[in-house]
Amino acid sequence: MKKLPAVDAVIVGGGWAGLLMAKELGQRTSLSIVVLERGPSRQSSDYATDMDELDYAIRLRMMQDLSKETVTLRHDATQRALPLRQHGGFLPGAGVGGSGEHWNAQVPRFLPDCFQLLGKTTEKYGANALPEGHAVRDWGITYDELEPYYTRVDKLLGTSGQAGNLRGKLIDGGNIFEGWRSEDYPTPPTKVPYFSALFRDAAKSLGYHPYPAPSANISRAYSNPDGISRGGCTYCGFCARFGCMVGAKAQPTNLLLPIIQKRKNVSLRTRGWVRRVLVDSASSKPTVRGVTYVDGTGEEIFQPASLVFLASWTFNNTRLLLLSGIGEPYDPATGRGTVGSNLTHQVTVSAATAFFDQPLNRFMGSGSAGILFSDFDGDDLDRSSLNFIRGGYFAARGYGFQPIGSFGVLPNSIKATWGSEWKKAAVSFYDRTATIGFSGEHLAYKTHFMDLDPTYKDALGDPLLRLTLDWRDNERKMAEFATPKAVEVARAMGAREINPFPGLRSYDSTRYNSTHIQGGTIMGTSPDHSVVSPYLQHWQLPNLFILGGSTFPQNASANPTPTILAFVYRTADAVMDRYLKHPGSLP
Amino acid sequence: MIRRRSVAEPLLRMYRVFALSVTLSRMRRRHFLTLSAATLGGVLVYSLDRKASLLTAQHKPIRLALRFFTETEALIVAAAASRIFPSDESGPGAREAGVAIFIDRQLAGSYGRDRFRYTQPPFEDAPRELGYQGSATPRQIYREGLKALQGFHLLAPAAQDEALHEIESTIFFSLLRQNTIEGMFCDPLHGGNAGMVGWQLVGFPGPRMSNFDEIEKYYGKAFRPKPASLRQATGAKVRPSEDEQ
Repeated sequence: MKKLPAVDAVIVGGGWAGLLMAKELGQRTSLSIVVLERGPSRQSSDYATDMDELDYAIRLRMMQDLSKETVTLRHDATQRALPLRQHGGFLPGAGVGGSGEHWNAQVPRFLPDCFQLLGKTTEKYGANALPEGHAVRDWGITYDELEPYYTRVDKLLGTSGQAGNLRGKLIDGGNIFEGWRSEDYPTPPTKVPYFSALFRDAAKSLGYHPYPAPSANISRAYSNPDGISRGGCTYCGFCARFGCMVGAKAQPTNLLLPIIQKRKNVSLRTRGWVRRVLVDSASSKPTVRGVTYVDGTGEEIFQPASLVFLASWTFNNTRLLLLSGIGEPYDPATGRGTVGSNLTHQVTVSAATAFFDQPLNRFMGSGSAGILFSDFDGDDLDRSSLNFIRGGYFAARGYGFQPIGSFGVLPNSIKATWGSEWKKAAVSFYDRTATIGFSGEHLAYKTHFMDLDPTYKDALGDPLLRLTLDWRDNERKMAEFATPKAVEVARAMGAREINPFPGLRSYDSTRYNSTHIQGGTIMGTSPDHSVVSPYLQHWQLPNLFILGGSTFPQNASANPTPTILAFVYRTADAVMDRYLKHPGSLP
Repeated sequence: MIRRRSVAEPLLRMYRVFALSVTLSRMRRRHFLTLSAATLGGVLVYSLDRKASLLTAQHKPIRLALRFFTETEALIVAAAASRIFPSDESGPGAREAGVAIFIDRQLAGSYGRDRFRYTQPPFEDAPRELGYQGSATPRQIYREGLKALQGFHLLAPAAQDEALHEIESTIFFSLLRQNTIEGMFCDPLHGGNAGMVGWQLVGFPGPRMSNFDEIEKYYGKAFRPKPASLRQATGAKVRPSEDEQ
């Protein structure tokens, strides 16, 4: 194995989390930093000609190459897991920028009580309020502590929106249920697609509190504190699964990469597939020594480093610890071990698909232009008659619909799936159909976890990651509660026909849910049940930090990127202000 | 209103395909699909309000080099795709869009050989929620599935529908149905949606650089800008993934 000269820091993964850490450390210190990204190199100018639905949105050109590595799935520990052979329920990206390139750029914050879910819920409703077998944990941090970092994230991204709670003062038209904001959004709300406008008026008429969706596809030109300027969104509609052709969407390649490329102390190596984190266990105080990776030519390389940041997606962060033998794998039978525990996804459903008489012009929009309401989110529900806990938000977004993916969605009354009758109906409903979405919290359970698969291997011969995951009663009942609420709104919007969500059955990897899978290396208040501290520092190996959704103890209803980035800022500050001066566990 | 571009473009496109195919087919046994003017995309032309105009055939038949199918297979796929997405009073269908040519090119490319799918054994039966678990690639699924449709292209439409109903629950049929929709609505650079007939059918304008001035202006009213393909909209020579080696 080739051994390279040691560097100060190696960062595994060149997506939002890894590149933000590289930018912060690179800009504010003279540390030598190497970022290892296993996918191809990329820059925002690549997207000038990517508006091709087939290659990008259907064949999924920007996603991970599953022929090299996928995950296996089973619903419970008695079953044999099988590989997810094609993309479906979630879409992890590959290449510089990771999933932050092809995302929709929806950027709500988590609700304040999400961070103290165990403590607040038991305090209010008693120890039996959470479902049997839950593994819900507190994060070890409060919203108030995180708020300044959220604000830095909004400034980095130039987030468009309207505040609903400015330093405790509730503001009509914003999300009055959100956590307090120290500052207003950097840019005003985006324009509103027609379908979303219908939703806003209907929601208001039913007494709800609709507000413009927080969006990192920005409403107008903006220059961020790093001096990166970009123009406003043109509502071309090519966001999800595409890079932005005008650069209005916040992406690591337009906000972070240009700064990193100017820094001589940061180098980004693409096609570098990290396989192991090496531990120096000889000393009485164990640390990590660096990582091994396979480069584009197939050569195995050891990159020594004084600091290691794991910043890949949830799956790979967890898998790297398991493959490297770092920490004790979680065992649901005994409850021992922490690595791989608290696997969660999100209760994201098409609560009501509505069919209208009038055209909706659905090709115009953006991944995050739209209207939401949060009257049933978090703990803002009357629980007295409900048989589940927590909630979610409702959304009418004007994603910008393209015809391969959208053609053929029909009212349940039409049974034909091909031929003249089907075609006629599908043509007529094509631009008259839209969906009210619901996105709800997913609790952690003792039976949902990740470990190494005993059968299936990746292209290099290492075991695949195995997911054990299913829906349980709390999620099913939440979806059952949300569906009639969405149908009622669709009716108030004047829909001619409505398909309600048919209900959550077994976890279905073929239905796109969200690319928000969390857990596996969670943060927490104690090494007994978590892998990292709230500074995302490994409890036993103080020079190892883990960034990203793998550190979330359970999932909120909101999209996770701003929360991931807020934690990266906080960890970067702690490393530079304190760790570098006194390497060791951060108190 | 007859949109002239709609007539010229599929023909031009097919000549381009032909030129490319000559190079590609040098190394293998050549199969060609001969398209008479009566089956070509340019014959039925649809205006934006979906009124059909029938043009007189003026062009000689075109021989298209196939990349994957034999000529008979291509004729069967073309016939089956036009029963799934027929050309009828509600507008043009798979025949005008060139769906069979699209599918042929897709199967010859990375998609057809499962370049990006996890294909390591063991292959096991699984509940539907774990997705397709088979070892067969799209190419193999088509080749095998087409065996059950021998002589299909020679049948009357009613008999064709009956034959398709019989295979409706197969993976081959669901792939054929999905690929037909793709060939109807993909960017023309992939060989389907010839003359952008699919986009005109549903009022999709293709990749428009900006809807900034229109998005809040057309509430409740149809806004139907003239479609433009990715190559037209960007002026760039975009290379489809199926042409990559």
